[in-house]
This record gives sequence, C-alpha cells and structure tokens, in this order.
Amino acid sequence: MTADRFPTKTIFEKSRPGIRAAALPVADVSSPTSGELLPARYRRAQPARLPSVSEPEIVRHYTRMSKRNFDLDSGFYPLGSCTMKHPPKLRERVLSLDGHAALHPLQSPAQAQGALELMWKVERALAEITGLPHVCLQPAAGAQGELAGLLLTRAYHTARGDRRSVVLTPQTAHGTNPATITMAGYELVTIAVNADGDMDLDDLRAKLTGDVACLMLTNPSTLGLFERNIDTIRDLVHAAGATLYYDGANLNAIMGICRPGDMGFDIVHLNLHKSFGQPHGGGGPGAGPIAVSDRIAEYLPNPRIVRRDDDRRGTVYDLSDDAPASIGRLRGFHGPYAIAASAYAYIRLLGGAGLRDASETAVLNANYLLARLTTLGVTEYLPAAYDRTCMHEFVLSGVPMRRRLGISTLDLAKRLLDYGFHPPTIYFPLLVDEALLIEPTETETKETLDAFADAIAEILQEAAADPTIAQTAPHTTPVRRLDEVRAARELTVTQRW
Amino acid sequence: MISHPPLRDGRSKPHIVSPHLPAALSHSDAYQEAPVAVHAVTRFTAVTVHERQAMLDEIGVADVDELFADIPAHLRLGRELELPAAACEDDVLRELSGMADRNVSTAREVCFLGAGMYDHYVPAVVDAIVGRAEFLTPYTPYQPEVSQGTLQAMFEYQTAITELTGLPVANASVYDGASAVAAAAYLAKLANGRGRLVVSGGLHPHARQTLDTHAVGYGMEVIEVALEGTVTDAAKLRSAMSDEVSAVFIQQPNFLGAVEEVEAVAASAQACGALLVCSVDPMTLGVLEAPGHQGADVVVGEGQALGGRLSFGGPSLGFFAARRDLIRQMPGRIAGETVDVDGRRGWVTTLQTREQHIRRAKATSNICTAQSLNALAAIVYLSWLGRDGLVELGERLLAQTDYSRRVLATLDGVTAVDAAPVVREFTLRLPVDGLAAVQRVHERCAAAGVNPGYPLGIDYPELADCLLVAVTERRTRADIERLAVTLDRALEPERLPLTRPLAAA
Repeated sequence: MTADRFPTKTIFEKSRPGIRAAALPVADVSSPTSGELLPARYRRAQPARLPSVSEPEIVRHYTRMSKRNFDLDSGFYPLGSCTMKHPPKLRERVLSLDGHAALHPLQSPAQAQGALELMWKVERALAEITGLPHVCLQPAAGAQGELAGLLLTRAYHTARGDRRSVVLTPQTAHGTNPATITMAGYELVTIAVNADGDMDLDDLRAKLTGDVACLMLTNPSTLGLFERNIDTIRDLVHAAGATLYYDGANLNAIMGICRPGDMGFDIVHLNLHKSFGQPHGGGGPGAGPIAVSDRIAEYLPNPRIVRRDDDRRGTVYDLSDDAPASIGRLRGFHGPYAIAASAYAYIRLLGGAGLRDASETAVLNANYLLARLTTLGVTEYLPAAYDRTCMHEFVLSGVPMRRRLGISTLDLAKRLLDYGFHPPTIYFPLLVDEALLIEPTETETKETLDAFADAIAEILQEAAADPTIAQTAPHTTPVRRLDEVRAARELTVTQRW
Repeated sequence: MISHPPLRDGRSKPHIVSPHLPAALSHSDAYQEAPVAVHAVTRFTAVTVHERQAMLDEIGVADVDELFADIPAHLRLGRELELPAAACEDDVLRELSGMADRNVSTAREVCFLGAGMYDHYVPAVVDAIVGRAEFLTPYTPYQPEVSQGTLQAMFEYQTAITELTGLPVANASVYDGASAVAAAAYLAKLANGRGRLVVSGGLHPHARQTLDTHAVGYGMEVIEVALEGTVTDAAKLRSAMSDEVSAVFIQQPNFLGAVEEVEAVAASAQACGALLVCSVDPMTLGVLEAPGHQGADVVVGEGQALGGRLSFGGPSLGFFAARRDLIRQMPGRIAGETVDVDGRRGWVTTLQTREQHIRRAKATSNICTAQSLNALAAIVYLSWLGRDGLVELGERLLAQTDYSRRVLATLDGVTAVDAAPVVREFTLRLPVDGLAAVQRVHERCAAAGVNPGYPLGIDYPELADCLLVAVTERRTRADIERLAVTLDRALEPERLPLTRPLAAA
C-alpha cells in the first residue's frame, strides 16, 4: 500500500469533455432518424454525467486505488468468521472459459448440458460434505441462504397446518441471523450461552415452546467452540416439532470430520466464498447454497436440476419447475453459477482427504496461534474468552489490556495495520467485551502465525511504554482514522458536482 | 454418490504431492522432507513434519485428533468423504473445459436471446482491473484505513448509479435484479408499513416470482396487473390502487421490450401514497429518460450488462437507488465521504446502524456479502463507455432493434405484435400454433447456429406464438439478416400443414 501525497480525486473529477475510452463496432444498419424511433417524450433530457476519460486514465486511476487496499494475496487476514483462506488461482482460468462465462442463463437445457452437469456435480459434492441429500445452488450469499432456510421452515410447518411465530438463535449468532428472522416474518428469541461457551440448555428448554419454528445455530459457534450438547439440542428441538438450521459460516472447521446432516440439522447453508476457497471480492460476490434433509426437500426453490438416463442420448440433465410445494424462486436465473464452477474446481483439487486436511490444519493453526500468544504472555492482557480447545478460530477479550495498558481492542486493531497485518474481527461476538475473533485459516504458515503473535506482543510492550502510539494508530496507512460521525451526518454518498 | 472419473493412462493417483515448498524453504530441513511430504494430500497448506510437531508441542497435545475431542465420537464421520479423488490442476481444468465445451455459449452461436441478461461486449480494461488481487482478495471494508480502494470504488459506483437512474442516493449493490425488486418491497414495508404490492405483468417473470417468494416472509400480498397489448394496463392499474398499497412495481423497458408510460404510473402510485419502484435496463438510459426523473421513488435493476459476464446467470449485480429521504430504509452497504484525522479525504461505509451487524433484528436488510466486485466492474465499464458512449450505445440499440424488427416483420406471416416504442428488445409473433411450435422453430434455428430469442409462451400463455428478440451492439447487420433467413427456414416445416391440402388437390 502506498500513502498518496496528492489529494484523492474521483474518476468523475478526472473527466474532461470529448475524451472517451470506448469505441463501438461500426454502425452498419440504416434506420429512420433516432427522433422517429423514440418519441421525444420518452427521451432523456440530460445525459447521465458519466466520466469522460481515456483507457490509460482508467487504468492509472483504479490501479492507484487498488494500492490503497490491504488484500489477502499480500498479507495475513485473520478476520474471524470470514475464512480468509488462499483462493486457488485456477479460478481465473475456469472463469475465462467461454463455455461457462459466455453462456446465457436462458439457453435451452439441451444446449447447456455441461453447465447443468456441473451444477449437478456441485450439488452431489455438497450433499456428501454436509450429509444432507438435497441441494440448491440459487442463494447468492449466506444471508440469502438463511432466508431460504426460514422460508423452507415456514413452508414445512404451513403444510402441516402448523402456525409458528418464533425462531431461536443463541446470543452468539451472526447479525445476519436475527435480520433474516425478521425478514422471514418471525419473532426473534435469544438463547443464553453458559460460562463454558455452550448453549444454556435450561434456557433452551424454557423457550422451546410449541410456537418455535426453528433454531438457527452455528457449529462451531462464533466463539470458535464446538457445541458439545448438540445431541441434546437436536433432540429437544425435534421433539418440539421445530426445524434445526445450520449456519455454515464455520464449516471450515469440520469438513470431512463431521457433518451437519449427521448432527441432525434439517437445513444448512454453506458459504462457497469461505470454506470453498473463493475470493471475497471486497464484499462479494459470494455464494450461499443450501442443503436440506428429506423432509424439507419438497419445498426447495424452483427450478431444480434433474438427471436422467435416456436410452438414446445417455445421461441427460434438465431443469425442472414442477415441484408444487416449492417456496418458489429466490432470485433470478440459477444463482452464482461461476462461483459454483470455481468451487467445484476447488473441491476437485483437494478431494475428500484434502478437505479434511484443510479443516485439520485450520484447527491446528488456530490452536497453535492461541498457544503461541499464551507463551508470549499476550493472554495475560488478552485472555481467551473460554478456556477450551478452540476449533478454527478463537475469541480473546481486550478488557485487561484496556484496564492495564489503556488501549482498546480498536486501538490494537489499528496498530496491527502498521505492522502489516489485517486485524481480526473486533467487537464480535457481542457476548465478549472488547472481543477479538481470530481465524488464521489453514493456508497460513507457522512463520506467519509466529510473526503475527510477535506483533501483538510488541504492540502490548509498546503500549506499556506509550499507549498513545496505539491510541492514534494507524500511522502508515494511506489514510488514518476516518471521521465516521461526519460521514453519517453529512451523508455524502455520491459525487458533489 | 459421485462417479469417479476414470484415471487416464491407468495411472494410480492416491495422493497428490504438494506442488510447492514455500514455508519449508525458510527452514534448513526443507529439502530433506519436501519430496516425501507426510501430508501428501495437501494443496494449499504448508506445514512441515517438524513444524507440525513443534505446533502440537506448543499446544500441548499429542496429535491433531485431540483438538477435535469436543466432537462426540458417534458424530465423527470416520471415513473419507466420498468425492472424486484429488486431481492436479491440469486435469481439473480439462474436466471443466470439457463441461464448457458441452455448452453452446454466445461465442458459438449468433445470440438474439436476452430476456434480462444480454450479450454485450466486456472491454479488456474491466478484466484488468477486477482481476487485481488488491480488489479481488480482500473482504468487506471493515477497516477503512486499508480499504480506500474498495470504498472509493463503491462511492464512484453509487454516483454512476444515481446518474443513470435519476435518483439522488444509491447503495453499493444487492445480489441481482430480481433480488433488488424484493429488497425494494422490504424498503416499502419499512417506509410506509402498508401490506400490498401491485406488480405489473411487464416485470421480469423471475422478479415477480422472487417477489412472491419474499412477500410470504414480509407478510405482504402481491397483486398482479396484466398488460394491455405490450404495456401495463393503466386502467387496471388505477383500479388496483388503494391506500393499502405499499408500492407499485413496473419495468422499463418492460419484459416484452416495450417502453412504459412511467409518469402516468407514478401519478397513480403517488395519488395513493404508494411508492413507485421501477426496474430498469441500464443500457437503455443513454436514450430513455431516467425513471427517477419521471416520478419513480426507487429505481433498481439487473446490472449484468454493466461489464459483467453472462455466466449462466451469475454472479451478477443488482443496483438500487432511491429518493434521499428513503436512505435510512435502504438495504446493504453504503459508502460515504469523510476525512481522516489529518484532514485527508477518505471514504467509509456509512449509516451502518441500518445494517445487520449493528442493528440485528431491526436491520433494513440481512445483506452482508453482496456484489462488490461486480460493482467495481460496473464502474470501470461505465467509465470506459463514458458519458457520450452511453448515448451512442443507446442510439445504436434503437437503430439495430428497429432494423431487426422491420426485417423480421417482412418474413411470411411474421409480425411485430405492435408498434410501441422499443429500445433493444421486441416481441415478434410467429405464424405457428403455440409454444411447442415456437420451441421447434427455436431448435431449428439453434441447429443452424442462431439463437432467435426467448419463447414468451413460457411465461405468457396469451403470447404462446411469440418470441422475444434482443439486440446488443455486437449484433451486426449480417447477423440480423442471418437471423431472418434462418428463422424463415425454421418456420417452413410449421407452414406445411397449411400447404399440404393444396398440394394434394
């Protein structure tokens, strides 16, 4: 990253009349004048003020902007719950194949056999990985998968003449869970987490009334802990007639080790941009496919991919819309196909053993980093929120650090930027004060983990001598701390002309 | 079960040897152990045997298995996942290339298929920018000090969307065009608390279906207003309006390609205090008036054409713009301008109090990951096209669409359904009997290397003999004339039943 010495201009501020990058193909049809083709009352009065710039200006502008980003290819990015693992470079080659990239979504199935075959194979792979036999690739992201899951839950209960109005999540849930619950028309009730980081079973029993439609759970939880009472939870939830939903944000801990379906979950969403090695794109695109059990299958979104053996043509893939109980369509077309294609490449590169190795190494790296921080004395200031073996991520609390050294979790995070590391997720989960949620992932080396642990130890030492360094950090980034209050007050969300 | 692809050359490939030795190179023992990496299945992990032992020692456990002790034994899978065996990059690419070859892409036929996604040219500069790791590999800009590239791109994208749509504020993207329509319904619910959505039959069928699916969760009722000819029936729309209507949804140009009377619909909506949500094709906005200038309160749309590939439908981009007073009900991320402690210009994600990670159950949407990279492609594309290029493209679409419609309407028995203004897509009536016949015609055209469009009978029974034909700047005069010849030939067998009795006589 470079700190620009010059004021930052937008692409609009670089615009000058008469300059352009685009050349369209030569016009070769004759038509009436455009005035006759589109009557004046439909015509745009003032052109949109798009930039008028040349291609070199575009390249320079966005390349310079790109250097004001921290990115995973350049450095360690232990953002908890986001699984910032290395995205294999094969993606670029897969996405550049015309047969995938230039395939129209409404192409007839007979002319899209390769695409349907690919989607079918991705579905089968995800079914095996989750232990749930029916998969739908439509959801664009985890949150859309969650919404699908709750609409499936509603359809399931409605079909049984059962009206239920409550959905449960533990205190540790991702923010998307409660937001989804409201959007799906349910009321949120929160279940407490006990001192060991497991769900409070007494609280669950008390709240698990006949009005509960579903329990949404992340396992391992956002505390990075495996929910040890999962058997009891499943039995209680199913006995109450509710569905059990698995938020797959943390699947990276358990691939090939255990499966949500075997734990008794009815509905799962996966984040292909997390566990399955797809880049995050600065906030998408992602993919949030869902997998469900037999009793939920008939409600899955339309259309579905079907495979049959044709006497004449061999194996044939098709799209089917004839599921009368389906919740319908979640979005346009077939979902984020290109991401499914690239995730398929990831699964093929690793195979079953490779996926297991990924999860084992992710858990090894997380536990090692925690142990290393302990050895260095960091955890005296930043204790682990729970004294347990973690899974692929772990939570520290910055409360002692704030009290003894006068720097907050935010200060520590900002100072890490000066050390060349992306900070962990901070102030989440909400249950832990001054939380840092650290997820190193399996693709990092021991050398990187050691350097990160050393950096935190150094920052603490430095803060003991002079807390203002961290309090005013970062110092070396393209910009320093930004005035968020001013941004919200002035609400300049577009170019000022 | 997954079928395992046969191993070529009869080679046995139980394990793949890790192709790289990165971390190991910094250690003196690297070369001794690299050729016999114990974790031979690893591809993207790099822990040497010695490192593994050192790490386990540091943790204080004997082996990795101990780290999973919290998982009850009976829940352990206890076997390897039944997936095809790991393959090398070359073989995986070969497999995916093989699948690609079994698709007929727009690179292999002359494509007049649109219906929501279009075969526009994506300039190389888009690939060059979105392929940069600095944009591709970060996450959502939670740390603005090191995310200025992404945040400024969001801000510029938002500006371009407000310029296109004629509304003052826009968000940083939603999933796709159909999702944007559903998100707009949730905004309407939050804005006015009413329970009914009135939807034009000219809205994309996928958007209508998506809205139906979401409305169940929102607790809202959807009423559809049919088309009169090829445009929304104004009288039926007025009769559907009441003070229970939260929002009205139309599409510009509509699914049949016809230009709608946005101002008239806006007046009907406004008279009842309902919001007008207009879904718009951004590529037409060089020539068509922006819906935001015609009274639409929310303008959304499918953004694939803005520098995105078709990719069998995704990932694409939904854009979302609104009146300024609706910004606090908007879904998703919004970038806002500010300054840092030294007074330097910078950007942050603003109004986070709307968002799920802060507001949780009271958030304006559940969006976390959206379509950031697609939005970057869109702003790069729009910068490439530029102010004049967007207008020129619009004029080009008008001219080529008009030419196509005139040429095709000269074919025996083929007619344009009406003379309503169209910009880039139009409805053509074929002299055949029903959807099955249209599909046969379609197949014959496809066999001749031309995709003639979308059989409208799939969604509109009353248009069972109609085809929706789309044009982009990539379709030349020669392409259009080839479509005419191909379609004419493909119609020939359908005309036979009429001619046969004459021949017999």
